[in-house]
Amino acid sequence: MHNKSVAELSRELESGKISSVELTREFLGRLKKEDEQLNSFISITEEQALADAHAADEQRAAGRATPWTGVPFAHKDIFCTNGVATTCGSKMLANFVPPYDATVTANFRKAGAVCLGKTNMDEFAMGSSTESSYFGATTNPWGLSKGEKRVPGGSSGGSAAAVAARLVPAATATDTGGSIRQPAALCGVTGLKPTYGRVSRYGMIAFASSLDQGGTIARSAEDNALMLNVMAGFDPKDSTSIDREVPDYTATLNEPLKGLRIGLPKEYFTGNLSAAMEEQVRSAIREYEKLGATVKEVSLPHADLAIAAYYVIAPAEASANLSRFDGARYGYRCEDPKDLLDMYTRTRAEGFGAEVKRRILVGTYALSAGYFDAYYLKAQKVRRLIQQDFINAFSEVDVLMSPTTPSPAFIQGEKTSDPVTMYLEDVFTIAINLAGVPAMSVPAGFVDGLPVGLQIIGDYFSEARLLNAAHQFQQVTDWHQREPQ
Amino acid sequence: MQWDIVIGLEIHVQLATQTKIFSGSSTAYGAEPNTQANAVDLAMPGTLPVPNEQAFRYAVMFGLAVNAEIERRSVFERKNYFYPDLPKGYQTTQLERPIVGPGYVDIDLANGETKRVRIHHAHLEEDAGKSLHEDFHGMTGIDLNRAGTPLIEVVTEPDMNNADEAVAFAKKLHGIVTSLGICDGDMSQGSMRFDVNISLKPKGADTLGTRTETKNLNSFRFMEQAIAHEVERQMDILEDGGTIVQETRLYNGDRDESRSMRTKEEANDYRYFPCPDLLPVEIDEAFIDEARNSLPELPDARKARFMEQYGLNDYDASLLASDSKLAVFFEAVAERGKDAKLASNWVQGEFSARLNAEEKSVADSPISGAQLGDLVVRIADNTISSAGAKKVFEALWTGENDNVDAIIDAKGLKQVSDTGELEKMVDDVLASMPDQVAQYQQESDPKKQKKMLGGFMGPLMKASKGQGNPKLFNEILVKKLGG
Repeated sequence: MHNKSVAELSRELESGKISSVELTREFLGRLKKEDEQLNSFISITEEQALADAHAADEQRAAGRATPWTGVPFAHKDIFCTNGVATTCGSKMLANFVPPYDATVTANFRKAGAVCLGKTNMDEFAMGSSTESSYFGATTNPWGLSKGEKRVPGGSSGGSAAAVAARLVPAATATDTGGSIRQPAALCGVTGLKPTYGRVSRYGMIAFASSLDQGGTIARSAEDNALMLNVMAGFDPKDSTSIDREVPDYTATLNEPLKGLRIGLPKEYFTGNLSAAMEEQVRSAIREYEKLGATVKEVSLPHADLAIAAYYVIAPAEASANLSRFDGARYGYRCEDPKDLLDMYTRTRAEGFGAEVKRRILVGTYALSAGYFDAYYLKAQKVRRLIQQDFINAFSEVDVLMSPTTPSPAFIQGEKTSDPVTMYLEDVFTIAINLAGVPAMSVPAGFVDGLPVGLQIIGDYFSEARLLNAAHQFQQVTDWHQREPQ
Repeated sequence: MQWDIVIGLEIHVQLATQTKIFSGSSTAYGAEPNTQANAVDLAMPGTLPVPNEQAFRYAVMFGLAVNAEIERRSVFERKNYFYPDLPKGYQTTQLERPIVGPGYVDIDLANGETKRVRIHHAHLEEDAGKSLHEDFHGMTGIDLNRAGTPLIEVVTEPDMNNADEAVAFAKKLHGIVTSLGICDGDMSQGSMRFDVNISLKPKGADTLGTRTETKNLNSFRFMEQAIAHEVERQMDILEDGGTIVQETRLYNGDRDESRSMRTKEEANDYRYFPCPDLLPVEIDEAFIDEARNSLPELPDARKARFMEQYGLNDYDASLLASDSKLAVFFEAVAERGKDAKLASNWVQGEFSARLNAEEKSVADSPISGAQLGDLVVRIADNTISSAGAKKVFEALWTGENDNVDAIIDAKGLKQVSDTGELEKMVDDVLASMPDQVAQYQQESDPKKQKKMLGGFMGPLMKASKGQGNPKLFNEILVKKLGG
């Protein structure tokens, strides 16, 4: 069963061949055993999962099933879950149990899905390797057979690794600068970052509010579509979510791709992209040509400014978003504070990890009097130019395609000492968040036995088209079905 | 040396919305600590602000009432600082694009002139919670019920030149926001709080002196005292050849002293930036028109109407019109009592004095406008004397009885106005006081004569058991003595 997709499991449950309780037991058993070497979960909520599975079976028996009723999955530990610890990968929130559900969490609950636990992540979603988690690093299942401990990417590395290792068929994730697409690419699974505002951010612990977007990780595009059907939509609790009709994302998966205009941004095929990686990506694009798509080179002229702009805007927002973690109301508080300042400084010094502190400092600096114009305002201007680049590109083509990452999964510890090298992991993904457009990463081959991701970028609210393009590719390739040994 | 005083005000006005500016919690005052603070108010992880449309409507109404431009696209910013009663670690406020742009308010001065005070802007923001430093044995309690209550902060130009003008402006603004119904105006509960910026400059000088800001004054009286105190403090320093330090000061009204809270150098770098959780607020013409159509009568218009409709003079009309609750009360008295001038005197006199003495607001008054109107009727038709009227007022106020005529009867306050009866009493009294009568008649100065009449009134009131109509007694006396 663990190799089946969400769509297949849904059909198995519907046919009555297996109950949700049986399915949940099977997945939980595998999860508890296999995750010892991966550490892709921060918490496994066995009791709750079995109770939910019981309820799901009853729902189905009563004829009130949705495609998700009784299907196991996992939440990234950034989504608040009522009554279940939500840590955001941080010591700061290691003891935090929210008394409310994120809107995404509530939506899956309503759909009857069975959450098995909370997946590991870089602390406060700040990272590209899931090494900065307070709960230890997650290991990529690819490479384990050679005895290598590689990173799963990040920050949604727990979700990507768990899906790749067949511990769950699907997991929620979030993407601020590549945190869905990069780990999906490195773990050989399919991930989607929707348009900013498509999925509610309510109850999703904020890193950089104007960039954060909840999304999906599963093995197939079809399962991503099933997830997005549950997640997308306007939420009155999030005033940046957009009130726009949500299509059935599975309905258009089988549209033919004939005439699809693909643009290849020339700036995304340069730099430290290895020849082997490039060849895998180009070969995937040739598949699209076989499916009737046309390909042309386009330009995103401000692409080289994206990382610099991002590392001003994201830390600036984060510096304010993380101010609430002050030891006063919830979460970690230092022992025996002697006064208010002592409580603040020691709580934050002890509760946050190095990367989080680095970004708070960078963001605080960028917003400071005398630097604001030179950093924050300048970065916002660059952001508008980058947005315009994408708008211009989408006046010529329907989708853009590129590698998701410049290289495959690297060895744990390799980049932790050099933050800038780590930041360059997101060189092809970050501009998408600045523009707010949707993008996917789709498994597109292997280099040295490690997965390579193809990034497909679309215009605002073109998730259905992206999923359609990914699904059609997955009808003629089997990269997404390869299983790590 | 002669000095010019320059005063600008910043006024925090709590908006009377049912719920908070960015969450659905109640804004009602006085609940148990932290019972009106939900996950958003507590800044729990992942929670997000949702703007309360009513706060925007109120801000627009305010802008229209002070003749201001309404910003069609206003932006919320985060003002970053750490404090335990500020759960998010930043206050959501407006800086670059406030919802209300430049406007003005005209105030009445004591000399009968009016003065225009310009408003620089007014912006929407959220209030902080409260830190409770007592009762926690060396710790601080935090009450977040107030956190997220919508405020508009009104910032004036430095257009006022003495405490009287500043207080007149503050009272005018109080009248405007309470008339609009956007603020309950209850200063004792912090519904309006004033920060006063004060500087001195040599008389006639063009450039402004260094200013100080005295924060969080919550009564007109404290404001007046604080200004006097600060002007004197600055004058002493300047006249001793010293310089004023730009700083924020706190004034203690009970002790009439102030202390420095922080200097400019110690001021926080608030690192303002646009709040990414809130989209810019777009205000369209329809919204503004709707707000305009919902504007009630404002103090200036009400004053003009009071002069026209009730024949009140400028001073009385201005005073009664400035406070919407007082104005409503006055109109109830005048409607029932018919004699508007008498109604005005009683509302401003006995009634207001009693409210002040007991630190009550009009809303807390134990007597109704109709009751006071009934009282006015009985004064106007000579049923009772003004001394008797005060006794009736007292009985109404204390709740001894709620019917004016019943009180008059029960207390035997009805004046005797039968002239035949009164004439007989006068005859008797005059007959018993021949020396005084002779003295009166020998006096040639009418002023002194008038004074001497008082000498007969005591015995007359005694003879009538206090019920003789003093006005009639007077008339009869003059006639008989002069005749």
